[in-house]
Amino acid sequence: MNELFRKIGAPAAIALSLSLTGGAALAAGGEVHIEDIDFSFEGPFGSFDPLQLQRGLKVYTEVCSACHGLQYVPIRTLHDDGGPQLPEDQVRAYASQFEVFDADLDDFRPATPADHFPKSGLETAPDLSLMAKKRAGFHGPYGSGINQFLKGMGGPEYIYTLLTSYHEAPDCAPEDFPGSYNSAFATGGYPEECKDENGHATVPGSWIAMAQPLYEDSVEFDDGHPADLENSAKDVAAFLTWTAEPKLMARKFAGLTGVIFLTLLSVLLYLTNKRIWAPIKGKKKH
Amino acid sequence: MSGIPHDHYEPGSRGEKWLHQRLPIVGLLYSTLTIPTPKNLNWMWIWGIVLTFCLALQIITGIVLAMHYTPHVDLAFASIEHIMRNVNGGHFIRYLHMNGASLFFVAVYAHIFRGLYYGSYKAPREVTWIIGMLIYLMMMGTAFMGYVLPWGQMSFWGATVITGLFGAIPFIGEPIQTWLLGGPAVDNATLNRFFSLHYLLPFIIAALVAVHIWAFHTTGNNNPTGVEVRRTSKAEAEKDTVPFWPYFVIKDLFALAIILIVFFAIVGFMPNYLGHPDNYIEANALSTPAHIVPEWYFLPFYAILRAFTSDVWVVMAASWITGGIVDAKFFGVLAMFGAIAVMALAPWLDTSSVRSGRYRPMFKWWFALLVLDFFVLMWAGAMPAEGIYGIISLIASAYWFAYFLILLPLLGVIEKPLPIPATIEEDFKAHYAETGGTQTIVKPAE
Repeated sequence: MNELFRKIGAPAAIALSLSLTGGAALAAGGEVHIEDIDFSFEGPFGSFDPLQLQRGLKVYTEVCSACHGLQYVPIRTLHDDGGPQLPEDQVRAYASQFEVFDADLDDFRPATPADHFPKSGLETAPDLSLMAKKRAGFHGPYGSGINQFLKGMGGPEYIYTLLTSYHEAPDCAPEDFPGSYNSAFATGGYPEECKDENGHATVPGSWIAMAQPLYEDSVEFDDGHPADLENSAKDVAAFLTWTAEPKLMARKFAGLTGVIFLTLLSVLLYLTNKRIWAPIKGKKKH
Repeated sequence: MSGIPHDHYEPGSRGEKWLHQRLPIVGLLYSTLTIPTPKNLNWMWIWGIVLTFCLALQIITGIVLAMHYTPHVDLAFASIEHIMRNVNGGHFIRYLHMNGASLFFVAVYAHIFRGLYYGSYKAPREVTWIIGMLIYLMMMGTAFMGYVLPWGQMSFWGATVITGLFGAIPFIGEPIQTWLLGGPAVDNATLNRFFSLHYLLPFIIAALVAVHIWAFHTTGNNNPTGVEVRRTSKAEAEKDTVPFWPYFVIKDLFALAIILIVFFAIVGFMPNYLGHPDNYIEANALSTPAHIVPEWYFLPFYAILRAFTSDVWVVMAASWITGGIVDAKFFGVLAMFGAIAVMALAPWLDTSSVRSGRYRPMFKWWFALLVLDFFVLMWAGAMPAEGIYGIISLIASAYWFAYFLILLPLLGVIEKPLPIPATIEEDFKAHYAETGGTQTIVKPAE
């Protein structure tokens, strides 16, 4: 048995090492570090917390949606299993606050659950549907990305860190430098005055066009959950992970089912294989 | 079909005889499934089944995906999100297809390096090898075009960079590039033809796989000793072989199941591990990503492509000899395709009369270095093209060519091989105490 797994292990190791292809993000500004957060949906057995997603939906609706959209997300999915699981009447009521253009009517009408969330209202504001999947906060360890298995690749952590990393602009920057200083945003504008003689950034992050959107008590949660900046940011990061990967729980369940059944099948095939080869091989010499 | 003496299908009932006289298809299936297979095949001989499985997986999931996908620059990205959100099971089918491509390449690289070590490319299996190389080339083309279809940033810029390679060909490069793209730049025409070809090529691969199997069923499988199955009589052949069914079918299926456990864990728990996050940003011709990185399975050859910069002396020499026609860019393209070409030419470059690397004491080490070299190239391909990475890529690329063009011809001459077992049976007996072969050994159940 040991011998056998040693032999199979070699190709498996090839497979793993083949995939060590971490990508590095180019930073216009200073080095940015994204801390890992333990979200409930990480790891093979992770699952979304519907209450957290509902809180995140509230943050999105009252804060983010002023400029950003979720164009790929159908509103009806707010009712789905593995999502915020809003009751159907609430989904209908929620949908009706948006106006959508109906080509058949050639006019605007209130949205229904069958419609998608509106697109970004502000042209420069990126759509948030996939934000948690198109930004990778980390690729550890050593750029291998292998801890994605347990911790994800830092998409929601990136959103959380961005929302909580607005600070007073450092002294080196000119007063009128455009944008807001954010120590977690790598690709924004960066004043020449804040670079050292080698052209390297002296402060982390860069200047982002978006002004600080979220503050303590920006929203009031119906479930009495504290609405400090950290908690609100975590909730909206969780919500945006769901919008990016709405079938996350179904996928993990299917993966787990696959792994369990294939393990069972492997055991049966191992025993079958051993049995049919026994008369051919006889006893092993070494 | 096989050259190894074995039992043939005998139609029994009247119905079977009726069909057999008109179409001997049952006989063909019988011969294929019961083909005498060297009984000493080790675990590196499982990749063929894994590859066949991958092809089937990709075709089946791909057909379903094509039912819901829209090949149009304005709609492609949204149609992928439609598959991920609204199509029943669509998210899992897409992730299977996406990661299935990676499994396919893991298996094909293991399969190729198996062939390189055990000398499976040598006479009389050159045709099998060449067809295999064609399959590998087609796989690369199919995978590349498939990666363009989601129309994300990496899709678009990957397509721009790779088709740009053809633009580097002197004189005719630009017209060729325009012809490939269907216009001056990557656009709707490109996406449409890539979709069409991405659907077509897998079926050509399937046909080539049939020829690949036909070829090695004619010559018989190679095996870890590289010693041929004895063919003088059926009795003797049976001492060296067992029928493919059930012995190797069950063994291969066992290995496949183990591999699929890992595969399902990746698809279920970290499906975007091997992808690039930028591909979840819709293609934008006005915004170039900071790093354009190909999928991992292209990285070794991507590193070779980038290794030959204009300050390398061979590039300068080539440029001087051709009067500037071969510049650094074109040289890189030639090197990349050349790296695959030299591999395809291995049957004629290897001068050793001994087939298996097991009995070649010097070759063994150079081969191990080649495997290491492959991983170094893969790593270098993912790194930015600057500083120390350029030098490492260049050294690793040079070794790749040196292995095929210098070492393989040279080793056959200077190396003193180890003694080779006379028969497969002898090798098998060396590992297992009692051998069955034709006689049945009664063993108590364990």
